[in-house]
Amino acid sequence: MGYTITEKILLKHTKLKDIHPGEFIDAKVDLCLGNDITAPLAIEEFGKLGLKEVFGRKKVVLVPDHFAPAKDMKSANQCKVLANFAKRYKIKNYFEIGRMGIEHALLPEMGLVLPGDLVVGADSHTCTYGGLGAFSTGVGSTDLAAAMAIGECWMRVPESIKFIFYGKLNKWVGGKDLILHTIGDIGVDGAIKCAMEFTGETIENLPMDDRLSMCNMAIEAGGKNGIIAPDKITKSYIGSIKNRAKPGNGKFYFSDEDAVYKAVKEYDVRKIEPLVACPNLPSNVKNVKALKDVTVDQVVIGSCTNGRISDLRIAAKILRGKSVKAGVRLIVIPGTQKIYLEAVNEGLAKIFVEAGGIFSTPTCGPCLGGHMGILAEGERALATTNRNFIGRMGHPKSEVYLSNPAVAAASAVKGSIAHPEEVV
Amino acid sequence: MSDKMSLKGRSHKFGDDINTDDIIAARYLNTTDGNELAKHCMEHIDKNFVKKIKCGDIIAAGRNFGCGSSREHAPLAIKASGISCVIAQTFARIFNRNSINIGLPLIELPEDAKRIRKGDLLKVDIKRGLVRNLTRKETYRFEKYPPFMQKIINSGGLMEYVKRKIR
Repeated sequence: MGYTITEKILLKHTKLKDIHPGEFIDAKVDLCLGNDITAPLAIEEFGKLGLKEVFGRKKVVLVPDHFAPAKDMKSANQCKVLANFAKRYKIKNYFEIGRMGIEHALLPEMGLVLPGDLVVGADSHTCTYGGLGAFSTGVGSTDLAAAMAIGECWMRVPESIKFIFYGKLNKWVGGKDLILHTIGDIGVDGAIKCAMEFTGETIENLPMDDRLSMCNMAIEAGGKNGIIAPDKITKSYIGSIKNRAKPGNGKFYFSDEDAVYKAVKEYDVRKIEPLVACPNLPSNVKNVKALKDVTVDQVVIGSCTNGRISDLRIAAKILRGKSVKAGVRLIVIPGTQKIYLEAVNEGLAKIFVEAGGIFSTPTCGPCLGGHMGILAEGERALATTNRNFIGRMGHPKSEVYLSNPAVAAASAVKGSIAHPEEVV
Repeated sequence: MSDKMSLKGRSHKFGDDINTDDIIAARYLNTTDGNELAKHCMEHIDKNFVKKIKCGDIIAAGRNFGCGSSREHAPLAIKASGISCVIAQTFARIFNRNSINIGLPLIELPEDAKRIRKGDLLKVDIKRGLVRNLTRKETYRFEKYPPFMQKIINSGGLMEYVKRKIR
């Protein structure tokens, strides 16, 4: 019996001879990650062990990105905990303001994650790196403390579900729509504790940014990890990274033909139009055209899901020479400093500002109702983020709708949820 | 996990897909203090929840309890609020592992969780894998944790398990 790509990567990170879904393992981690919300708890726990060093000072990544630049004194103290820990334990990959980015945009961009790696992060969207053909999953703070100490993480080997996408994507449809369609189909617990393997001709032709945003939202279907087999797109993405943090191209794993899946789903993407997830679950997915009377007070383009350069390019394409509707707030947040600079150099930042939007420093900010765009009672936002739970972006009586960047930009212009073709 | 192998309390009933933003909204995550977090537990969906809890009470919920973020602040807030354990039809995975790691007992009852009503008096025998609903005079059996997880639980949580590995 063959293995899935997920099983192969997990097996490679144990001392075992074979591996089966349902089995518990202590897996060796190549990289572990924490942010300004989760790392302080981990650091507290780590402190109880009385260790003089972390398991690998190049293998621990700390990114203050959620409430950073610090939104208040308590957040500043949490960021300081990271800075102090990094200094004391000589953590190489600590990214201060000015060098940071939203963690899941930053790590791939720097080449900190390579195909075949096993990554755990105290952040649920750590599953993003599956887009590179790595196994990566979200864990808790105590897990991070353990990983920093011994370089291991306990886990249950997941069953895999295979999602096959075929056909050519419609205009204005991207990775975000594919994952929203999937979550809409299987529900927010449709892949609970499972590996979600995305395959098929559509995926084989899908750019890396879209792959990352698909795997990013595997957790919204309850998945343990999202994963896409590495290929020439992966290779060229890795090859294009300047001053890569790690040498080599990683190790490419592929699922065996006789690998066992819990279920197989097939989607004809020619039938998929731009989609929107309505409150209050990411699975509450509707065709954008069914929502044209829904007005918006705020549009957010950014986050670890859709704050990459290709997302900003799509948004700018729609916003060029247009104005954000009076009374609507457009907040554009590039994922990293590199993306920020690219957006400035390509003239995208100018387009956003001239359209009447704001262009922010990288931060998770409004996505989790942290700062930089909190909603008032009764307000409604359309965001390229990943969650639309009750009160996610602010007041418990505010609403969040989720979409791709093209729909978000078009909606900012129209003042209500719009298909990009209505605006272009 | 909890030192107490037998827990008793009234149930507080919740539905499906109770997410970590429901349990503790992100705006309160600028602290790691459990007692501070507990003040805001479930605030978005039941403003008076914390006031209603008597020490030892039990949350009974539907499917996918704890979905969403990796914030360990969620089980910490529940634990510090006086809740002794959470019963649900299913648990989301990160919430599940966080609870094991910090010692908040979780009881998975895929079918029987639905039978528990608001205010039912429940007695949980962790060792024997039994939940007694004293109000309805019913007994529900649950699967005990797999041996690997019990090893962590019996060590007294993940950090104790790690300490043993380091030694």
